[in-house]
Amino acid sequence: MEKTVLYQRHVDAGAKMVEFGGWLMPVQYAGVLSEHEAVRKRAGLFDVSHMGEIFVSGPDSARFVNRIVTNDVSKLQTGEIVYSVMCDDEGHTVDDLLVYCMGPQSWLLVVNASNTEKDFNWISSRLGGEQLKALNRSPEFGLLAIQGPKAAAIAAKIVDFPEGLAYYHFHVSEWRGSPLIVSRTGYTGEDGLELMVETGKTADLWDALMAAGKNEGLAPAGLAVRDLLRIEAGYSLYGHELDETTDPLSAGLSWVVKMSGHDFIGKAVLEKLKPARRKIAFTMEGRNIPRQGFTLKVDGREAGVVTSGTFSPVLQKPIGIGYIAIEEGRLAKHLTVEIRGREIPVALCKLPFIKPGVKK
Amino acid sequence: MEYPDGLYYTKDHEWGLEENGILVVGITDYAQGELGDVVFVELPEEGTVLKAGEPFGVVESVKSVSDLYSPVSGEVVEINPDLEAEPEMVNSSPYDRGWMMKVALSEPKELDKLMSFEKYMEYVKSLK
Repeated sequence: MEKTVLYQRHVDAGAKMVEFGGWLMPVQYAGVLSEHEAVRKRAGLFDVSHMGEIFVSGPDSARFVNRIVTNDVSKLQTGEIVYSVMCDDEGHTVDDLLVYCMGPQSWLLVVNASNTEKDFNWISSRLGGEQLKALNRSPEFGLLAIQGPKAAAIAAKIVDFPEGLAYYHFHVSEWRGSPLIVSRTGYTGEDGLELMVETGKTADLWDALMAAGKNEGLAPAGLAVRDLLRIEAGYSLYGHELDETTDPLSAGLSWVVKMSGHDFIGKAVLEKLKPARRKIAFTMEGRNIPRQGFTLKVDGREAGVVTSGTFSPVLQKPIGIGYIAIEEGRLAKHLTVEIRGREIPVALCKLPFIKPGVKK
Repeated sequence: MEYPDGLYYTKDHEWGLEENGILVVGITDYAQGELGDVVFVELPEEGTVLKAGEPFGVVESVKSVSDLYSPVSGEVVEINPDLEAEPEMVNSSPYDRGWMMKVALSEPKELDKLMSFEKYMEYVKSLK
C-alpha cells in the first residue's frame, strides 16, 4: 500500500484513513457534511498526490497525444488544459484525464491514481518508432486541490499566479525555489485551483495553505466529500461511470470525443457505434440512498444500474447517476430503483445536480 | 470513543440498556464513527415482533449503508420519533438522544449472550 508524503499530516489531523486504488488516503477529517459545507461556502484542501503525472515529449508529441486522446488537442496553446478520455481500439475507456499543453513539444497527462501504471504501459506500447518520450513522473510530484469560493484568494496569499487565470488554464510559477504549476481546475463544481509541486515541498505547501486559510475557514477535505462534491457537480468517476467496458458516448461524454479534425484510437468503432445504454441522472424523495450496483427498473423490469449515488446536502435529497437501456426510450415514466427489495420511484433530471460555482 | 458501563453490546455494534423487561437499543460510538454523517434511519413499526439477530432497520450515511440487527427477541414497543427529523443525533448522541427502539423482551435470557462493556472494549480493540 502506498502513502502520499502527507500521510502523517492526515493522521495527526485526525483523519480516518482508507485504502483507495492502492493508496492509503484520508476518507474524512471532521466529517463529510462539515467538509462539504466548507468547500461549498468557504474552501477545502484536498491531498490528491496519489494521482498520476505522465509526461509526453518530443517533436512528434502533439500528433501522438492527439491520437491517444479523444478530444482534439491540436489547437491547444501552451498554458491550456482539456479534459478528455483515452480509448482502446474497441472504443472502451482506458481512463479519463486532464491534458496540459506545456509547450509545442511537451505534454502533461494527469491520470487516475489506480490507472497510472496501466495508462503508462498503454501509452508506452503505442509510442512506436516516433521521436517521442513518455515518462511516468508521478513519484516526483505532489498535487493539492484547493477548492471553494474562497480558494483562489487564499492561495493568492502564498503562491504566485495571475489573478485572472482562466478556467482550464495553468500558470508555471515558482514556490520557495521549486517549480509550481497552478491550474484553475478541480473536481468539485466550485472555483478553485490545483497545485502541482515537487514531492519534497508538498508538505510545506499544505502547511502554508492551511495557515493562509485559517481565518477564511479553510478545512482539510477527504475522499468521501470529494466523491459527494463530484456527484453533485455531475462529474464521472473511473470505476463508476467509466471503465474498460464503457465507451465515452454512452457515458454522456460525446463533448470530449471530437470525430472531425483528428484521428484517434477507438475512433473507427465509436463512429459506427449505436450505444445500447445511456447515462441518466435522477433525484429521489425520502431518504433511502441509491448506491453503486443497485438495479434500475422500468415497469418492474430490470433496465439498468446505478453507478453513483449519495445524499445531496445542497438539494437535501438522495441523488444518483446510472445507465439505462436505450430501448427504454427517453421518457422512462415508471423508473424505479430497487433498494433492499423495494422499488422506489426516481425522477430524471439533468446534470449537474447543482449550479456550478466554477468561473468559465 | 466512549462505551458506557452497564450496557449490553453486540458484535454488530448495537448497544442495549435494560429497564424493567424493556431493552432500549441504539448503535455504539464506534459504529457511528465508522458510518460517518448519518442522514437516515429506517426503523420498524411499533408492534413488530423481532427475533434476536434479525435485521430491524438500516442506517444510511452519506458514504455507506448498514443493516441494524436486533440484539434480542421481542416486540417493538416504541421507536425514537425524533430520528426522522434529526438522524444526526445518532452521531452526536449515540447513547442518549440517538436511541433507536425499545423492545419488550420475550426471552430475557438472551441478554446473557450479549457482551459486557469490558468485552466490547476488547472486541473493538481487536478490530483495529
